[in-house]
Amino acid sequence: MDRFKRVPISVQDPVERASNFDEVCLGYTEEEAMAEAKRCLNCKHHPCVGNCPVGIHIPRFIKHIAEGEFEEAAHVLAEYTALPAVCGRVCPQEEQCEQVCVLGIKGEAVSIGKLERFAADWAREHNVEVGKTKEKNGFKVAVIGSGPAGITCAGDLAKEGYDVTIFEALHEPGGVLVYGIPEFRLPKEAVVKPEIENLKKLGVKIETNVIVGRTVTIDSLLDEEGFHAIFIGSGAGLPRFMGISGENLNGVFSANEFLTRNNLMKAFREDYDTPIKVGSKVAVIGGGNVAMDAARTALRLGAEVWIVYRRTEAELPARVEEVHHAMEEGIKFEFLTSPIEIVGNEDGWVKSIRCQRMELGEPDASGRRRPEPIIGSEFEFDVDTVIMALGTSPNPLIPATTAGLEINNRKCIVVDEDGQTSREGVFAGGDAVTGAATVILAMGAGKQAAEGIDKYIKEKYGEKANA
Amino acid sequence: MYKIVEKKDLAPNIISMDILAPRVANSAQPGQFVIVIVDEEGERIPLTICNYDKEKGTVNIVIQAMGSSTKRIVALDEGDYLKDFVGPLGRPSDYVNEDIEEVKKQKVLFVAGGVGAAPVFPQVRWFHEHGIDVDVIVGAKTKELIILEDEIKEVAGNLYIATDDGSYGFNGMVTGLIEELVVNQGKEYDLVISIGPMIMMKFVCLLTKKLGIKTVVSLNPIMVDGTGMCGACRVTVGNETKFACVDGPEFDGHLVDFDEALKRQAQYKKEEIELAKRGQEKTCTCQHGGVHNG
Repeated sequence: MDRFKRVPISVQDPVERASNFDEVCLGYTEEEAMAEAKRCLNCKHHPCVGNCPVGIHIPRFIKHIAEGEFEEAAHVLAEYTALPAVCGRVCPQEEQCEQVCVLGIKGEAVSIGKLERFAADWAREHNVEVGKTKEKNGFKVAVIGSGPAGITCAGDLAKEGYDVTIFEALHEPGGVLVYGIPEFRLPKEAVVKPEIENLKKLGVKIETNVIVGRTVTIDSLLDEEGFHAIFIGSGAGLPRFMGISGENLNGVFSANEFLTRNNLMKAFREDYDTPIKVGSKVAVIGGGNVAMDAARTALRLGAEVWIVYRRTEAELPARVEEVHHAMEEGIKFEFLTSPIEIVGNEDGWVKSIRCQRMELGEPDASGRRRPEPIIGSEFEFDVDTVIMALGTSPNPLIPATTAGLEINNRKCIVVDEDGQTSREGVFAGGDAVTGAATVILAMGAGKQAAEGIDKYIKEKYGEKANA
Repeated sequence: MYKIVEKKDLAPNIISMDILAPRVANSAQPGQFVIVIVDEEGERIPLTICNYDKEKGTVNIVIQAMGSSTKRIVALDEGDYLKDFVGPLGRPSDYVNEDIEEVKKQKVLFVAGGVGAAPVFPQVRWFHEHGIDVDVIVGAKTKELIILEDEIKEVAGNLYIATDDGSYGFNGMVTGLIEELVVNQGKEYDLVISIGPMIMMKFVCLLTKKLGIKTVVSLNPIMVDGTGMCGACRVTVGNETKFACVDGPEFDGHLVDFDEALKRQAQYKKEEIELAKRGQEKTCTCQHGGVHNG
């Protein structure tokens, strides 16, 4: 065996998968996982651990897999993460743990993500109980939002003995894991639900259909419901539009709407009521993971799909693996292209989109070369659906209904190094603080805030609550 | 799960339900709405809050059976459960947070169409509880579709009824009755608040603009989440894009682009008809979804 080459992983055939919502990547078998795990050098300085936002001791769990001790591997993961089956699938490992893997210097990094996924899937399929909690300490913590940040914060606090209640605005917990990321990357019933069930096994209570800022407020939770601290992990769910003419035509959707209809409301299934409109020719505007997800969803619903992106392939913010999958499935890319107008027909439906070609100029504040329009390059192409995947920003509802909660000019909640906001006892993390980022960064922030909350409560009230 | 503690027939295909939802009841204010999911396969349907009882912890909704989901809701009985019931959503009506002495100085006319009478009721009651008499117009196609007449009469200054076929009250549309009151009878109003089908609100606004009366409408575009995360409900108000679920649902009616809103509301008509066929229903005449919405 060549130590510098990854054990290949099986995926669904591109032609076949383009018309179904089943998971694309099929995961390792036990033999494959053990073979891949054996590639790990178990290096002493293990740089991979430092590059994991939740600090998973990667060589430890991988060593267990190499020796066929899959249950032990799952236990190691559970010490650090509440969502290993999710993270193994959706983390951008190439920019994190796998980026610094020593094997990557001369060959291919260890498939850390795929091994994490394997261990988590194996534990679930074999009903391994992973959660252990300390004795209850009597303190109550409210977690706002059940996305990756909230789940991680809640899980860590529950393990420490806190009485945790998660408040979720939608009817299903999971945040972006249920409404945003599609089935073919992250199966809901098989993967997301069991990880949320694990959280409940730790004693975490989840109240769905509660919108903080409307149904209850931060102040009512603190003053009337007796919570000792609050974690805000409400994400960045507010979609951006371009502000160009024609954006309110029928057939123009935010990626959030398109994906929510499909993923959360299961519009792709005949037996569910929520409708979804996908025309025969779809333009998805943007180049991030959300754009790839929307494009690949539209493709599976039967459309011909173009991604319209203003920079080049090299600058695409989406994961390399997802771009590769999208291209394999037949998504077409219009690089260096930006829409300037959406044109409608007399009934108010999208008929075409007018774009202009771009060229890359000087680097901007983010260090990426700024796209600049080429004069006279305007062109029009026929589409009947346009999906805007331009990014999202935090919802202003909680700051607007909470006195003294400081936000910055990007509407993000401001926190200190412990994750505490300008309101005492109120912590925040994830996209609500950073703006739209990744699942694993939100988890890291949730973990950090859990430590901050633990420190805050114990300094203020002692080790145990008065009975 | 949210229990249906009381169910009443108001008119053919229109029913009223009290739902046990203490958190919603505790926070509800006039002008706000809820989102309901009937069962596992159901869609999220926005419905305006029609009444609420903080002590009993109940919220009243009124539903007209139109599409697949609303028909399934209407078929439920007392003691059954709705799968999801979330709210209160949207901003409360402006007057709720204004100086009450200023509110008292205004002469207000409510104009309700069809099941729009249901969400108008808690607003009229709010004025009544603050010692203010407001006039109310309730319009419907025909006499048997007039709902909540007695309840509204009890809390309104004057209640005027209009039916399209003249079977009860004023013979004609609500706009005809507004003209009758303002132009012929010389009544003066500083504010009109109108809730009903989009097309009715459009014509009310065209008339009140001519008459120079400020008008607030409660818009009912298609919604999905109702919390501001998708923009399905976006409307153009004074040349700006607004999300009705968080910026509204109430807006200055003279600034709303009704033609765009009407087109957007019809976006899923074809799918609705397909869905209705699948459920072996004959036809679907609706806006997607429910009473005040969807």
